[in-house]
Amino acid sequence: MDVVVEARNLVKEYNSHRVVKGINFSVCKGECFGFLGPNGAGKTTTMSMIICYTPITKGNVTVFGLDVGRYPKKVKQKIGVIPQETNLDPDLTVFENLMVYARYFNIPKKVARNRVKELLSFVQLSDKRDEVILRLSGGMKRRLLIARSLINDPELIILDEPTIGLDPQARHLIWQKLRQLKAHGTTMVLSTHYMEEAAQLCDRLAIMDQGQIIAEGSPNHLITEFVGTEVIEIRSDGQESNYILDSLKEHQFSFERAADTLFLYSREGGRLVQKIKEVKDERIIYRPATLEDVFLKLTGRELKE
Amino acid sequence: MNAFINTFRIPYIGDGAFRVWQRNGNVWLKFYRPSLVGNLGEPILYLLALGYGLGKFIPDISGIPYIQFIAPGLLVSSTMYSACFECTFGSFTRMTTQRTYDAIIVTPVSIEEVIAGDIFWGATKGAIAGLVILLVATAFGLVGSPWVGLVLPLLMVEGLLFASLSMVMTALAPTYDFFNYFFTIAIAPMFLFSGIFFPLDEFPAWAKTASWFLPLTHLVTITRGLFLGKLHISLLINLSLVIAFTVITFYVSITLVKRRLIK
Repeated sequence: MDVVVEARNLVKEYNSHRVVKGINFSVCKGECFGFLGPNGAGKTTTMSMIICYTPITKGNVTVFGLDVGRYPKKVKQKIGVIPQETNLDPDLTVFENLMVYARYFNIPKKVARNRVKELLSFVQLSDKRDEVILRLSGGMKRRLLIARSLINDPELIILDEPTIGLDPQARHLIWQKLRQLKAHGTTMVLSTHYMEEAAQLCDRLAIMDQGQIIAEGSPNHLITEFVGTEVIEIRSDGQESNYILDSLKEHQFSFERAADTLFLYSREGGRLVQKIKEVKDERIIYRPATLEDVFLKLTGRELKE
Repeated sequence: MNAFINTFRIPYIGDGAFRVWQRNGNVWLKFYRPSLVGNLGEPILYLLALGYGLGKFIPDISGIPYIQFIAPGLLVSSTMYSACFECTFGSFTRMTTQRTYDAIIVTPVSIEEVIAGDIFWGATKGAIAGLVILLVATAFGLVGSPWVGLVLPLLMVEGLLFASLSMVMTALAPTYDFFNYFFTIAIAPMFLFSGIFFPLDEFPAWAKTASWFLPLTHLVTITRGLFLGKLHISLLINLSLVIAFTVITFYVSITLVKRRLIK
C-alpha cells in the first residue's frame, strides 16, 4: 500500500517543554486515520506539523514522500486543511471565499469558477452563494470549510475536530460528506475527541495521551484488545461493590472503579449480569464495549484540563 | 540554532504576496467609495482651514503662499496615515480576530508572503490616499512643476515605509489599544514636527537634528522640492535615508510577525 503520510520520531518542544514526544505513525492511501485523545494530548500540534504550520523540533514527517520542512509549498499544494476554528474570510461572500482561496493555489479563474460551483452543490450551499459569512449557521460554516479545503482537489485532507460544537443534524451531514469523500478515495487524517466520530469515520486510530501514542489499531481491534466485548456499569457505593466483586470470583473479567460507578469488562457479560442480579437488581447497565471505554481506560477517568 | 536561522533569514517573497494583495484589493473594491471619501475629507479640510483660513494671516514662506507651502506635506501625511491605519487596525484584525493569516498560510502561500502582501496593500492604500490629494492640489493650482510626476513612485516607497513600521507595531500589539501609543507618540508628532506647517530652518540646531530622525521630514522635503520644481542634489540624501529606513523596517516587521505567529 502507498504510504501518504509518514512520521518518524516526531518531537515538538515549546520552550523545552515537550508536547509531542517522539511519535511514529504512517497513513496509507485511501485510509481515514484518526488521532483520539484528551485535550492537551498533542493531537493538534501533530496535525499542524503535518500541514507545515508548526515547525518540527526533531524527527521528520513526509507527505507524499516529500519532507514537510523542506518542501512546504509543494506539500501544501497537494493537501486540504479543515481547521478547528472557523477562519473563513468574513470580508467576502461564500462564493468569493472559495474563489479567493483558489487563487492562493494558483488555480486559473475559469477552472476555479467551475470547481466552486461543483463544491457548493456538494456541500449543499448553492443557494447561499452570495451570502456573507456572518449569516451562515455553524453547520453551514463547517460545510463551507470542507468545500474550501477541497478547492485544490487534494489527495489528502487534514481535519482538526471537524464537527466540534455542531448539533446532531449538522454533524451527521458532515459525516455523510466525509464518507462520500472517502469512498471517492481521498485520504484523511483527523483528530477528534468524539468517540462516535472516530468510530463512524476512521479505519485506524492512534490514541494519544501526554504527547505519546499509547495504542493504535482499528476501532474494533482496540475495543477487543483493551476492554473485551461487553461492559457492565453498576452504580454502587464501595461496600456494595466489594460484595458484588466477591460474588463474581470464579468469572473472567477486569474491573475499574470510578466515583459512584463500578465498571466490569468481560467477554461473558450475560452470565455476569445474571449473577449480579442475584445480589442487586437495579441500576445496572449492560452494553457492548465502545471506543469510549478504551479511551477512558487508557487515558484515565480524571478530568484533563 | 536552526529555529534561529529560520527566523532571521532573508525572506523569500514570491507571487503569493501578490495573491494576498489581490485579496485585500477585492475587499477594498467592495467599499471603495466611503474609503475614498475618508482619504479626501480630512486633508482637504486642513488645506482649506489652514491654507486659506490661517494662510490669510501668514506672510509668504520663502516666497511661497502658505497654502502652497503646506500642500506637499498634507499629501505625504495623508499617505502616512492611510498606510498606518491599514497595517495597524486592518492587519491586526486580519491576523487575530479574523484569522485570515491562519487560513492563508495552510495554502502554498507562505507566512512571509502573507505579511509582505499585507504591507504592499497598506502601501497601495497609502499611495491612493496621496494620489487623491495630488489631484486636488493640482485642481487648486498648487503644483508648479512637472517634476511632480515623481511623487507617485515616492508615495509607493513612503507607503511601504509606514506600512512596514505599522506592521512592526502589529507584531508587538497585545490589543488594539496598544496602537494609541504608536499614533500618539510617533505618528502625531511626526505630522506636526516634520516641517509640514512651518519651516524647520528657524529652529535651534538640536530641534533640526531631532527632526532628521523623523522619516516624514525627508519625505516632506523631497515632495516640496518636486512640487515647486526646486531640486537640489541633497534631496538624494533624503531619499537614501527614506529607502534605508524602509528596507530595515520591512525586514524587521516580517521577522517579528513571523515570530509572533509561528511557534
